[in-house]
Amino acid sequence: MSEWPILSIVTFFPLLGAALIFLLIKEDSEQSKNNIRNIALMTSGATFLISLLLWVFFDNTTADMQFVENASWLGGNINYKMGVDGISMLFVILTTFLLPFCILASWKTVQNNVKEFMIAFLVLETFLIGVFSSLDLLVFYIFFEGGLIPLYLIIGIWGGKNRVYASFKFFLFTLLGSVLMLLAIMAMYWDAGTTDIVELLKHEFPAQMQTWLWLAFFASFAVKMPMWPFHTWLPDAHVQAPTAGSVILAGLSLKMGGYGFIRFNLAMFPEASDDMQTFVFVLSAIAIVYTSLVAMMQKDMKKLIAYSSVAHMAFVTAGIFTASTVGLQGAIFQMLSHGIVSSALFLCVGVIYDRMHTREISAYGGLVHRMPYYAFIFMIFTMANVGLPGTIGFIGEVLTLAAMFQVSTWMALFATTGVILSAGYALWLYRRVIFGELEKESLRDILDMDKREKYILVPMICITIFFGFYPQPIFNVTSISVDHLIENNRHDMEDAGRLSHEPRIKTMDAAGDAAATTH
Amino acid sequence: MSNENDFLYILPELILVVGALIALLIAGYSGKKSVGFVSNFAIGLMVLAGVVSYALPTDVTRVFNGLLINDNYSIFMKTLTLFGGAATLLMIKSFLQSRKLDQPEFIVLILFAIVGMMFMISSNNLLTLYLGIEMQSLSLYILAAFNRSSTKATESGLKYFILGALSSGMLLFGMSYIYGFTGSTSFDLIAEHIGAEGASMGVIFGITFLAAGLMFKISAVPFHMWTPDVYEGAPTPVTAFFATAPKVAAMAMIIRVLYSPFIEMGADWQQIIVFVALASMVLGGFAGIAQKNIKRLMAYSSIAHMGYALVGAAAYTEAGTAIQSVILYMTIYLITTLGVFACILGMKRGGDSFEKISDLAGMWRNHPLIAISLTIFMFSLTGMPPFAGFIAKYYVFSAAVNEGLWLLVVIGVLASVVGAFYYLRIIKVIYFEDSKEAFDPMSIELKIVLGFATLFTIIFTILPSSLLELAQTAAQSLN
Repeated sequence: MSEWPILSIVTFFPLLGAALIFLLIKEDSEQSKNNIRNIALMTSGATFLISLLLWVFFDNTTADMQFVENASWLGGNINYKMGVDGISMLFVILTTFLLPFCILASWKTVQNNVKEFMIAFLVLETFLIGVFSSLDLLVFYIFFEGGLIPLYLIIGIWGGKNRVYASFKFFLFTLLGSVLMLLAIMAMYWDAGTTDIVELLKHEFPAQMQTWLWLAFFASFAVKMPMWPFHTWLPDAHVQAPTAGSVILAGLSLKMGGYGFIRFNLAMFPEASDDMQTFVFVLSAIAIVYTSLVAMMQKDMKKLIAYSSVAHMAFVTAGIFTASTVGLQGAIFQMLSHGIVSSALFLCVGVIYDRMHTREISAYGGLVHRMPYYAFIFMIFTMANVGLPGTIGFIGEVLTLAAMFQVSTWMALFATTGVILSAGYALWLYRRVIFGELEKESLRDILDMDKREKYILVPMICITIFFGFYPQPIFNVTSISVDHLIENNRHDMEDAGRLSHEPRIKTMDAAGDAAATTH
Repeated sequence: MSNENDFLYILPELILVVGALIALLIAGYSGKKSVGFVSNFAIGLMVLAGVVSYALPTDVTRVFNGLLINDNYSIFMKTLTLFGGAATLLMIKSFLQSRKLDQPEFIVLILFAIVGMMFMISSNNLLTLYLGIEMQSLSLYILAAFNRSSTKATESGLKYFILGALSSGMLLFGMSYIYGFTGSTSFDLIAEHIGAEGASMGVIFGITFLAAGLMFKISAVPFHMWTPDVYEGAPTPVTAFFATAPKVAAMAMIIRVLYSPFIEMGADWQQIIVFVALASMVLGGFAGIAQKNIKRLMAYSSIAHMGYALVGAAAYTEAGTAIQSVILYMTIYLITTLGVFACILGMKRGGDSFEKISDLAGMWRNHPLIAISLTIFMFSLTGMPPFAGFIAKYYVFSAAVNEGLWLLVVIGVLASVVGAFYYLRIIKVIYFEDSKEAFDPMSIELKIVLGFATLFTIIFTILPSSLLELAQTAAQSLN
């Protein structure tokens, strides 16, 4: 397999579909619109299938980068380099998995400018995959930043009433964060003489410099993630974005932040990460409690889920900066599960929004009487969002909580409060929308989910339940890379004379057992 | 000693001068109806001069007793300037009839301006430098006011002339100090003197005034006042010309002056460059926000971009990296700006030109391809990957980071976020607003330039190596 540049194929295959649509089809009739949708769906579907090859041929026994490709690009040790390891591979799969659903979800809702919409989505897919599969900092930055362009257009053209404000805020906030990272990348280049991520992981930056680099990267990823208090763009963007745009934002775009924290902040600047642990914990604790409370008071369903995303992402940041195997495993798992669950929740909101054209919680109530399937499916994802054992949402939460508890009981206390609060807002949302009497006149004729909507959500249910009971396939992929990362981290800390106390990690087997025994 | 070989090295200039004189003769005898022919003739001249200058021997040669210099750097910058000039002439061909610019002298002036620029680039002496600048500037003053019947154009020409004369004064004042304290106007001898005896206060004084005069030519803050008015007041074809070739030539001249005779005084002039770059980026970023006229917006945008290019120029310790980054930046800036002006020139309805940003509303429904191109240029000017503008910004900032100019780079990138706002606003108008009437179909010449600029902006990121290498060899020859 190594002869085939499989990562580049996965990354740029969507562009091929976009080019096909751009060159061949003119959007002039219902038929041509369907052709466009079909091409987009087939392209993203094929991308998913090709990307599965990555998982099939993935070697679980090594922490090295796999499927590595290298081509000269800018010269001066800045090359086009691609590759994945256990940390990034699953994010590539998550991206390719979610994209076809986004396209399916926009099948009927997007009726204007279908051609441009599909092209924007396929281009966006390329950028998203590229973020997780690039092994050169500058290439990473290009994908990371370039993804803003299609997303900006998607929110701005196909968004809701207040879309212009939301798209500007989204674009400028994230740009502001990432330009500082760009400066850090340049500084790293001049210090290490390369932008190769693998080389940089081995390079030790001076302690003083680490702090500044850490802060610059933090600025970028904290906005992307988003961490409190840099999260204010997210609710706006979510509310205005079309359903598929929300899925991308919550499911994938936020994961770039977490991935960046792991790959760069934690792995490259271990000492700075150690220094900043308390800082991150404080922000995360505030985020968990504060945004959960805010979520409870929302009147708009999408906003509620957006705030709950911020709270869930705070588990991830806290988990990552425990700098322990369990915490990191938990954080990665939490990101993957949140990618599925929050996407599914936004799709669920999309289902009733398409029928009623409002996201006001108060406009609904008693939907269970007319939409039993919907009530059932929505319940599963609500439970997964709360982190009910047996769903995919539980495992990430319990692992990060366990790791937090070992480092700081206060952090664990606040985080656990967040779990309770999340049950509060999620169940309350469910009660207000689904249960009760069907009193609203407008809801009398609402139809239950059609085939297309079921096709979208049923696979997600399967994944939610399957990995909820049997997370081992995911841990198999991630464990060696995570162990390796933490081990390197400890080495660096020992070299810096920082590690006086006993290692407080558990091995992954223990964590896996812990997760398994809870069921 | 000068010998006949020296003439070989100014062959491109000779071609242009002789050609321009012939064009003037034609213009004198056949008047307005020859304008089409003269413009084709001028484009041909520039292409020929470009080819010839590209084919010149690349070894460093001083000609005419060291008055001029020929090296990879001058060859590259001259070719680039000629390319910019030819592309602009190509774009404005179809406007010569309609815009009261239907006099062949218009073309002749552009040719003379280009000749001036070429002398600016290859000058190796303060006197040739000054002559080059004046030749270019005097042509540009007239071009700005060429549309005599328009008050705005006359005003802009006059403004440009008065402020330009002031800057020439400062330039000469600075030069006289430098001559007085080093005893020479030759770049080589000045460098030798400074290398041997260090920089005296008089030379520092001189270089400050010299820099002020030069900054005027690239419209860097605080010498930018003329730019928005001239850009707005001058006929759009003239603005397109102002924004491209003269900027490249002036920047090339600044780099030559700073890095050739005064490289030993880097620590002194670096402070000037850092301040000017900072002020340009910040002012260009903020002042553009409130603009409603797209030409005025492009004026502030060009001020900001000169600031970014100067960020690279400030990093003098690694001269090779610094010069390469500026060359790259100017190349990408030139091509992107050409593309933008192709779009602005195309904003015509029923033969009348429009220049309000709001006239672009909903453009993508009527002209999807032009809209995509303009969007790409705007993102490229913002410095968004994956477009060429990003690589350009990467190189200039990277050079400054290596130099440790943290204040400059941090404020610079933050200013670029501010600037992003007005580029985004144009995209917003194009895509998010309801469409207006369609524009007239674009002329084929505009389409060629637009298509080339678009392709370049996209493809450069994928295949950057050949241009990077060219820029590198050019930079090394100056170093």
